[in-house]
Amino acid sequence: MKPQVLTGEHFINGDEACAEGAIAAGCRFFGGYPITPATEVAEQMSVRLPHVGGTFIQMEDEIAAMTSILGAAWTGIKTMTATSGPGFSLMMETVGLAIVTETPCVVVNVQRAGPSTGLPTQGAQGDMMQVRWGSHGDYEVIALAPSSPQEMFDLTITAFNLSEKYRTPVFIMSDEIVGHMSEKVVIPEARKIRTVSRVKPAGRKDRFKPYQPGLLGVAPMPAIGDGYNVHVTGLTHDEKGYPVMSVDTQKEMMDRLLGKIRNNLDDIILTEDYRLEDADVVLVSYGVSARTAYTAVEEAREMGLRVGLLRLITVWPFPEQRIRELAKRVKAFITVEINMGQISREVERCAGTVPGFTAGHHGGAVVPPDDVLKIAKEVLA
Amino acid sequence: MARKINKQEVIVTGFGGQGIVLAGKILGMAAALGDHKESTLVQSYGPESRGGACCAQVIISDRVIQYPYVNMADVLVCMSQSAYEKYKDQIKPEGYLITDKDLVKPDGRREVFDIPATRMAEELGRKMMANIIMLGFVTAVSTLVSEKAAREAVNSSVPKGTEEMNLKAFTKGFEYGLSKLKGKEKKAAGKTGAIA
Repeated sequence: MKPQVLTGEHFINGDEACAEGAIAAGCRFFGGYPITPATEVAEQMSVRLPHVGGTFIQMEDEIAAMTSILGAAWTGIKTMTATSGPGFSLMMETVGLAIVTETPCVVVNVQRAGPSTGLPTQGAQGDMMQVRWGSHGDYEVIALAPSSPQEMFDLTITAFNLSEKYRTPVFIMSDEIVGHMSEKVVIPEARKIRTVSRVKPAGRKDRFKPYQPGLLGVAPMPAIGDGYNVHVTGLTHDEKGYPVMSVDTQKEMMDRLLGKIRNNLDDIILTEDYRLEDADVVLVSYGVSARTAYTAVEEAREMGLRVGLLRLITVWPFPEQRIRELAKRVKAFITVEINMGQISREVERCAGTVPGFTAGHHGGAVVPPDDVLKIAKEVLA
Repeated sequence: MARKINKQEVIVTGFGGQGIVLAGKILGMAAALGDHKESTLVQSYGPESRGGACCAQVIISDRVIQYPYVNMADVLVCMSQSAYEKYKDQIKPEGYLITDKDLVKPDGRREVFDIPATRMAEELGRKMMANIIMLGFVTAVSTLVSEKAAREAVNSSVPKGTEEMNLKAFTKGFEYGLSKLKGKEKKAAGKTGAIA
């Protein structure tokens, strides 16, 4: 058997790093359907999982891939799938099922330019609102955006930990550029990697309620076969898990689903500041675009312009409070992203009277730093 | 004053199927793992798996690299005519242009380091090793990566069982590069003909 954690220095791409992060986090089931530019995640999982006692299945399509990881998660293991835009669209119905059944799992979207088949081999960040609202109904999601192969490794572990802690699907919103980019990735020793596993129920089996909130508002989750009675349904259900078609039950269920995220924002939201202390203009960015933004900050500072960067590591739930606080003391926000305005709308919503701009891109390439600088110069002129 | 950043940007380009991305990956790996520098590799290719235009961009620096794309290359490696036509203006005035001698006819506007990498690979019995021969050549004529780091990266990147064959190919390219450098030195010193 090969080691579960490939401790050491590697020069690998983001997709491969994501797969290694999943294995290190304890993922033991991958159900997927290959699609550029996410194929290397599946490829790596197909090679690695059999060596660590896990299971890899290539399903017939992305609908089945998503369903398979929910079923496998209910057997008590950590599960993942990876796809790109077209597959992500097919998964949307089951994403809702994952949310309402509070099934922990990790879904990786290595974004490419769309709509539809779009540019299969070229990057974009056009699915940022789809991940937030793509399935029907009202809900909260957790989505992380890695900026490098190293973060593909690190944040995949974080995604599993959040998913297990909050019993909810967690999304890795990567992109073709980070997915296919190779850089040095340092994999720590196994004992230095912090992993979280779902809380299992204890106590009398005849009194068990699979959706009764415990710590952090999250219900302990048994595996099928543990002896607890479980009923898993997409219908509105009470704490016992059985369908109840009433407004009161709907409210109770929704409060639990929304509350476990909304009441734990400080634990879930991760951001990184770069030269924000004295910034007049704040760039807001995530994923590969943050690398453009970082370069733009450096170049702006050389010109004497006070520009800083707020990098969103967690994109959803959106760090509203941070933007509101910054809005009290800055002159403008510029959101840097590979779409023509998605997260920028969230920024502008929270910015109040402070003007917001988008340094966007139609997809297929990164936003050039000069595009960001041009807006910053105009704002500060 | 800020310390000067030692940063080199490389474009490796040709057809899909020539091992362009692997060559870029080996360069990046040699810099990161062997020479302990920062390096990043991004790639671009079309939806087809072979025959389309293909490009690998590598940046090697002693500082963390944020923006991963190459604007003007310090080293431009072309393994097809169409790749050369597309990228020939994306090279710094003092940069190195490196080509596969039989596959690229340059316009003669700048000095070229050329090697018949594909022909040499065919002579070794494996046309697909042209990229590794080219890598040996690039290692010899440029200052991108150390020979030791490049050899280690070749060894750990090629399919199991083909290491020896690929290292031999690397040596071929490397030695060709060294003799090319000597030739250039002699030429610069005004010596020609039989002596060179």
